[in-house]
Amino acid sequence: MHFAQGEIPRQYTRYIGRKSAFIGASFLFLAGAILVSISQGAAGIPLEGVVRSLLGAGAERRYDVIIWNIRLPQALSAVAAGAGLAVSGAVMQSILRNPLGSPFTLGISQAAAFGAALAVMILDAGVMASTQVGAVTISEPILTTATAFVFCLAAAAVIIAVSRLRGASPETMILTGVALGALFTAGTMFLQFFADDVQLAAMVFWTFGDVGRANWFELALFSGVTALATVYFFANGWNYNAIDAGDETAQGLGVRVERIRLLGMLVASLVTAVIVAFLGIIGFVGLVCPHMVRRLIGGDHRFLLPATVIVGGLLLLISDTVARLILAPHLLPVSILTAFMGAPAFLYLLIRGYRR
Amino acid sequence: MILQVNGVSFGYNGRRVLDDVRFSVNPGELMVILGPNGVGKTTLLRCINAILKPAEGAVWVDGHEVLGLTPQQIARRVGYVAQQQSAGRLTAFDAILMGRRPHIQWRVSDEDLRIVDGAIKSLDLQGLAMRYIDQMSGGELQKVAIGRAMVQEPKLLLLDEPTSNLDLKNQLEILRLLRHAVQDHGLAAVMTMHNLNMALRFADKYLFLKEGRIFDVGRPEEISAETVDAVYGVAVEIHRHNGNPLVIPKEEN
Repeated sequence: MHFAQGEIPRQYTRYIGRKSAFIGASFLFLAGAILVSISQGAAGIPLEGVVRSLLGAGAERRYDVIIWNIRLPQALSAVAAGAGLAVSGAVMQSILRNPLGSPFTLGISQAAAFGAALAVMILDAGVMASTQVGAVTISEPILTTATAFVFCLAAAAVIIAVSRLRGASPETMILTGVALGALFTAGTMFLQFFADDVQLAAMVFWTFGDVGRANWFELALFSGVTALATVYFFANGWNYNAIDAGDETAQGLGVRVERIRLLGMLVASLVTAVIVAFLGIIGFVGLVCPHMVRRLIGGDHRFLLPATVIVGGLLLLISDTVARLILAPHLLPVSILTAFMGAPAFLYLLIRGYRR
Repeated sequence: MILQVNGVSFGYNGRRVLDDVRFSVNPGELMVILGPNGVGKTTLLRCINAILKPAEGAVWVDGHEVLGLTPQQIARRVGYVAQQQSAGRLTAFDAILMGRRPHIQWRVSDEDLRIVDGAIKSLDLQGLAMRYIDQMSGGELQKVAIGRAMVQEPKLLLLDEPTSNLDLKNQLEILRLLRHAVQDHGLAAVMTMHNLNMALRFADKYLFLKEGRIFDVGRPEEISAETVDAVYGVAVEIHRHNGNPLVIPKEEN
């Protein structure tokens, strides 16, 4: 069959144009927010100094040191982590057909916390340098990170194995994730019960998600993984739209639903695992951000995913900047702030009339 | 002939649901599959577009055996309107545009947009094109789903109870629209249905399934009270009204 009498409706092109404009505007806003975020802190740096330093155009030496060693990596970490967590959440909500979908629903963060606790306890990776608050250090950060990462992937592997046995339905995956989350939480409590003071402090400290933790190399690593995953997600935008219309409809459109669901879960878990392993647990960005963006520009993944990447980065960057300033000179880990803001924001979205 | 179903059998966990089903549908023909709940009507549709793999037999669409085609190649030939539609926050235009997915390489082309607009006009959905489908009624959503299947530009259309949950006006609208689509574009269509009178009024051929086997195939005017009684276990009378057969259950006593 063929439809010859069609033309391109102006109304539709304007609608698409508005969405593109939203993405462009939020990108510019993000760029501006990065500059402002870098200028703020214990030592204030004028915006002009920030721009000069970033362009290598003869900024003061002390500005260069602060910006390139501390503020820039922290700001970029916030952007990359926010983007990765948010886009993973958006994809999870689609393929699990569940508004609570996020990599955390699948027990990934609990697995990471257990891995870190295990490293601190059994592999002796945590030391307290002094009794001052915030002076706990993880003496073997690479070992701790690696162990956390391994357990994230183990959780993902179990979910995939169960999905292979029972079919990759949203219910199977979510319920497996809930069971794993409970299991890893119990494991962490078991370790904490037998830990001494120093170990206990190190375990708890590790779970505070903090974007100031990553160095340039680690930043490059999780940004790279996030970027690759994002390309994969963008390429599957149509498939996620189709799955939103129902598994059967998607199959009728030629989408290999189970494969897309498993791969999407694997990639989203990988992104989360890398970010959580380096930065600790940062909740709510992955859950709230996709809902916010969906309310603003709708659920078409061709636009939802790019917008979620940018808005996710922006949200975590703003949160981190506020967290650094709010109790100055104390630097609050961003995860505490995101949880504080995330819960009311989520309730607000719920009451205002929530739609997938 | 566009669709040929050749001795298809299928079972779930050893329980045989379909047994040696064979029939064919020609261009411009609308076939309705009838039978009691759980007799395997939906399973048959899923075997036709290879969502399920028949244990025996083969399905040929437009000269190709479907199991030899990729899901995308099947989707270019067979449009499927599932019984359940879930609605995300998409405009009707975008929801119908999704039917172009099997044809889209990387980007949506102007041609894709024109085809969607054409389909919207032929379904008389202009006023709804920019509305979000999660705010639509059941009838509107069903039209969007049919539009989505139509822009796949298929040779064969499969519809699983397209009129369940619809009021009388919407049932008539959907069936008239299907009738026209099938005739105007030379499509073949297979639908399942429970409403016998609507089915007999709009279909070119009926097929009764009983216990997974074909019980009777024919043209609406050939239907007999014995067939309906045997398939559903309900005594009926068949009356003629303006040339259409009307199936009316007999009074008890």
